[in-house]
Amino acid sequence: MALLLVAPILIPLLAAALTALFWHRPEVQRPIGLAASAALLGAALMLLARTSDGAILVTQMGNWAAPFGISIVIDLFSAIMLVITGLMALAVSIYALGPASIERDRAGFQPLFHSLILGVCGSFSTGDIFNLYVWFEVMLIASFGLLVLERTREQLDGGIRYVVLNLIGTTMFLLAVGLLYGLTGTLNFADLARIAPKVENQGALAAVGMLLLVAFGAKAALFPLFNWLPAAYHTASMPVAAIFAALLTKVGVYAIIRVFTLVFAHEAGFFGPVFLAVAVATMVTGVLGAAMHYDIRKILSFHIISQIGYMLVGVALMTPLAIAGSILYIVHHIIVKANLFLLAGAIRQETGSFALKRIGGLWAIKPLLGVMFLIPALSLAGIPPLSGFWGKLVVIRSGLEAEAYWLAGIALAVGVLTLYSMIKIWNEAFWKALPEDGPSPLPWNARERLATYAPIIALGGLTITIGLLTEPFAAISIEAAESLLDRQAYIAAVLGPDAPRLAEIKP
Amino acid sequence: MSTVFIVMVGTLTAASIYMFLARDLPRVLIGFVLLGTATNLAIFAAGRVGSMMPPLVEPGARILSAEAANPLPQALILTAIVIGFGLTAFALMLVVKAYGAFATISIEEVDEAEPRPVEPQPEPLAPAFRQKQEAA
Repeated sequence: MALLLVAPILIPLLAAALTALFWHRPEVQRPIGLAASAALLGAALMLLARTSDGAILVTQMGNWAAPFGISIVIDLFSAIMLVITGLMALAVSIYALGPASIERDRAGFQPLFHSLILGVCGSFSTGDIFNLYVWFEVMLIASFGLLVLERTREQLDGGIRYVVLNLIGTTMFLLAVGLLYGLTGTLNFADLARIAPKVENQGALAAVGMLLLVAFGAKAALFPLFNWLPAAYHTASMPVAAIFAALLTKVGVYAIIRVFTLVFAHEAGFFGPVFLAVAVATMVTGVLGAAMHYDIRKILSFHIISQIGYMLVGVALMTPLAIAGSILYIVHHIIVKANLFLLAGAIRQETGSFALKRIGGLWAIKPLLGVMFLIPALSLAGIPPLSGFWGKLVVIRSGLEAEAYWLAGIALAVGVLTLYSMIKIWNEAFWKALPEDGPSPLPWNARERLATYAPIIALGGLTITIGLLTEPFAAISIEAAESLLDRQAYIAAVLGPDAPRLAEIKP
Repeated sequence: MSTVFIVMVGTLTAASIYMFLARDLPRVLIGFVLLGTATNLAIFAAGRVGSMMPPLVEPGARILSAEAANPLPQALILTAIVIGFGLTAFALMLVVKAYGAFATISIEEVDEAEPRPVEPQPEPLAPAFRQKQEAA
C-alpha cells in the first residue's frame, strides 16, 4: 500500500538512475525508459482505481507522524494528474524514438526526461509545501537541461530567458514558504489548512498568498508572468517541447488549485476576483499573441497561455462545478496540446519547416496527417463533439451559474479566436499549394515514422473518446472537485482524528 | 536580534533587484545569489531568532528542551542552500556557453530565440493604379 503510493516517485527515479548509468549506450536506455513510462502509467491507474470513490490515500515518510514528517497524500485530483502524467510520459517516450533520436539520447535525453517526470510526479503526490518546493526544483533543473539539449544558439538564448525568470519565480516560492512557516508554524498542507483560518495576522497571510500566486503564476505562465514561455518553448526539440507543453505549466496550475482550495479557502472572497481578472487577461493575451505568429510552434506556445486562463476559472469561482470544469479542462488540454506539438514535429518532418509561409500542400500528399491534425485542433477550439467542447461547456456553464456573464462571453470569444489560429495552420500547411521555393521533406525511415505516428493516433483516439464518452470523465472530475472542496476530510485523512498539536511558536 | 535580520533581508533584496535590472548576465546571476541569501535569512528570521542553544536532545531526555533554538528553519535553509548552489552552477555554465556562442554578455544584444520582425515592405503599386497616378 505505502509502496504503491510512492511508486510514481520511485519508478522515474529508478529510470533516471539506470539510464544515467548507461550514459553512452542509448540502445540500453530506450527499453528502460519505455518500460518505466509504461510502469508509471500502470501504477497511476492503480492509484486512480483506489481513489475513485473519493478516498484519500496517505503515507508518512520514515513513519514520522503527520505534521512532523513528510506526508505523501494522493486524493482523486492527484491520481488523475498522475495518470495523465504517465500517459504523456509513455506517448513522448515512444515519440522520442523518432527522428534525430540518436543525437538526442547521446546528449542525455533519457535521464533528464525521467528526472523531469520525477519532479512532476513528486509535485502531484506530496502533502507538504516545502517538499513541493523541492519537487519544483527537481523538475526545474531537469527542464533546464532538456531545453538546451542540442546547445544551438537559439536554444541558448531561449534557455537564458527561461532560466532567469524561473529562478526568480522559485526564490519567491521559497520566500513564501518561509513566511508561511513563520505565520503558522507548520508546512504540512493539512495542518496549514487547519491553522490558517485561525492565524491572527490575516493581512500577512494574504500577502503570503499573493507571493505564492506570483510564484505559481510564473510557473503556470499566467498574465503578466508568461513571457518566458513563448521565448523558450519553440527552441526545444519536439519531444521536449511536447512534454513541456503537456506538463510543466499544469504543475503550476495544480499547485494553485491545491493551495488555494486547501490553505487559502477562507480567503476566497479576496482571491476570487484576483483570479477572475488574471484568468480573463491570460485567456485574451495568449490568444491574441497566437494570432500574430506564423510559426507553428509559436502559435501553439501562445495557445498554452490562453488555455491556462480557462483552468483558473475553477479557483476563481470556487463552486464544485467550476473546479470540476477546471479539472476536465486540464485533462483535455494536456492530451490535445501534447498531441499538437507532436503533430508539429510530424509536419516539419513531412515538409521540412515549421514556418507556415514556406510550407503547404500537405492535404494532397498526407491526408491522414490532416485528419490527425484536425482532431486536436478542433478540440482545442471547442468544436463538438470533441473533448474541448465539454471542457469549455462546463467552464462557461459554471461562469453563467455564478452570474459572471462577461467571463462566459470572453471565454466564448477566445474560443472563436482559437479556431482562427487553428484554421490559419490548416490553411497554410494543408490547404495552400506548396510554395515553389519551399524546403524539401526531411529523410526518415519506417521505424521512425511509426514512432512518430503511433502516439499521435493514440492521443487523437483518446480525444475522440473523451468527446463521445464524456460521462465517466465528467463524473470523475465532479467527484474530484467535491473532494477538493471538502477540506475537513483531507485534514482528517492526513492528521488522523486526534491530531498532535505543534508546539506554539513564541514570538 | 530580529531587527538585524530584517534590515539585512531588506538590504540584500534591494541590492538583488538592482542587479536584476542590469542588462549583463553575470550581474543578473549575482542578483540571484543575493536574493537567495536574503530568502534564507528571511526563513531563519521567520523561525524566530533568540535562543543560541544548539538544538540537541540532552542525554537521557526524549524531547528537545524548550530553550533550544528552532532546528526546522536550519534544515530548510540547508536544503535551500544546496538547491540554490546547483541552480547557480547551472546558470553560470549557461552564461559561459552563451558568451562563447554570442561573444557578448549583454542580453539586449542577443535576439536569437525571438528575432525582431522584419519591417514589411510597402507593396509595389498595381500597374493600372500607377498609370492613373502618373497621368494625374
